[in-house]
Amino acid sequence: MLKDITLGQFFPGNSPIHRLDPRTKLLMVVVYIIALFTAKSWLGYLILFGFLALAVKLSTISPKVLVRGMKPIVMIVIFTAVLNLLFTPDGSVLVHFWVITITTGGVSRAIMMTCRILMLISATFLMTYTTSPIRLTDGLESLMGPLNKIKVPVHELSMMMSIALRFIPTLIEETDKIMSAQKARGADFENGSLMERARALIPILVPLFIGAFRRADELATAMECRCYHGGEGRTKMNQLHYHRSDFLAFGSGAALVAVVLGINALGL
Amino acid sequence: MEPILEIKDLSYIYSAGTPFEHKALDHVSFSVGRGEFIGIIGHTGSGKSTLMQQLNGLLKPTSGQVFLGGQDIWSDKKFTRQARFRVGLVFQYPEYQIFEETVYRDIAFGPKNMGLPEKEIDRRVREAAGFVGLTEEQLNVSPFDLSGGQKRRVAIAGVIAMEPEVLILDEPTAGLDPTGREDILGNIEAYRKAKNATIMMVSHSMEDVARLTERLLVLNGSHLAMDGTPAEVFARAPELQDMGLGIPQVTKVFLELQKLGLNVPNVYTIDQAVAELKAIRERKSC
Repeated sequence: MLKDITLGQFFPGNSPIHRLDPRTKLLMVVVYIIALFTAKSWLGYLILFGFLALAVKLSTISPKVLVRGMKPIVMIVIFTAVLNLLFTPDGSVLVHFWVITITTGGVSRAIMMTCRILMLISATFLMTYTTSPIRLTDGLESLMGPLNKIKVPVHELSMMMSIALRFIPTLIEETDKIMSAQKARGADFENGSLMERARALIPILVPLFIGAFRRADELATAMECRCYHGGEGRTKMNQLHYHRSDFLAFGSGAALVAVVLGINALGL
Repeated sequence: MEPILEIKDLSYIYSAGTPFEHKALDHVSFSVGRGEFIGIIGHTGSGKSTLMQQLNGLLKPTSGQVFLGGQDIWSDKKFTRQARFRVGLVFQYPEYQIFEETVYRDIAFGPKNMGLPEKEIDRRVREAAGFVGLTEEQLNVSPFDLSGGQKRRVAIAGVIAMEPEVLILDEPTAGLDPTGREDILGNIEAYRKAKNATIMMVSHSMEDVARLTERLLVLNGSHLAMDGTPAEVFARAPELQDMGLGIPQVTKVFLELQKLGLNVPNVYTIDQAVAELKAIRERKSC
């Protein structure tokens, strides 16, 4: 059943990482990614990995969960690794066969790129696993606040995001129901050629879209009935505040970047 | 009576083996005869919807079996598919599953999936439309231009067109006005009479099930709590109320009359009540 698919987004908890301000976590992910892309040596990668491992340990999220989350991106990782392996011309030649040339530079680059992608994804997953979607959008709205000055509708965007997140489970349930109903009329989603299976989706997609539009319409009316008029002058029920742990996190992030840059400069 | 459906020791567990494990049906057994009109009542979450989806092979039982015409519906893949056509299932708010461009084509979806010849499909679509009171002109309009009640009829016709031997409906009258309700209930009864089909109807209206059905299944906390005629079931009013279920208004009135010391029997339809009250008046006047 579709319902059994975990969206794998948020694991409620009360770890130090969970308690961090969402803005801190968002900024830290950005800082981490920058550090990841500036690191040039294995030592740099090792330190970045240690930092990530420490964060995972603090979050009490099981590493197994993180690894399981990697499943959908395995193909991208393999693709990148193979490309780097084949098209890096540095270093001495290891294997030369027909048009394929594998060099020592290629091998080390492929491994580095794989580590880089996996660590990047892990860091972002760690953020979504430890932050509820609502807090995440709150954080985004607050961080993007300055863009309001150049007429970017920040509040509207974040409201759209919250609503979209809120309706994911509803839509999944609805899809499940429509699928059952069409199956009860003999629709067959599992057998047949690719074309037939694509066509079999029409009886699901049409009612699903109509339902989504109907729901959007109802929600808009309900919001207007309660005098919703956008972000202007709107106060928040949960105010975001930075705490000591947030400054600690920023400090460690700055230190991380400094160390990575230092290693690069020293050429270690 | 030869049973058309036989449910033996059926259990179903949602998300077995995960922290979200939830037992929806617990050792349920009963059998259903041809041409019966059965009402299924039960509180929200009592397992009604799960039970319905077991009967046409949409959900596979965790343990236990469902027999259709003597054969286990999971014994053979082809037979499971056959079971979907022989046991028609109308979900709650079925109008939200309509997708075709015309009413005709939406009703024809089921028969088409059965692989019937064009001529037979045409006959069935027209007959099904007739059962639910859709006119010839309405067959060629877009179903999305129809009113809510008419859409509901299109959806029900879509299942009837498969000419199922057992027609299961989950609250077919929910959200309709009184005329619409009466029409749909009449349509269902007409289909049963014409095809000697078995009807199983989930309903929260005790008045409706009391008036229409010959047998009631009461589900409570994943168990089959009662199985009997409406008279038998409604005679156990206190138990029903403990389950959070109601009894027909008129039954309530007569139970109160009994408490006041009046010698009246248990009744559960308006017609019965009228007859009883007339009898009392005649006794008094002599």
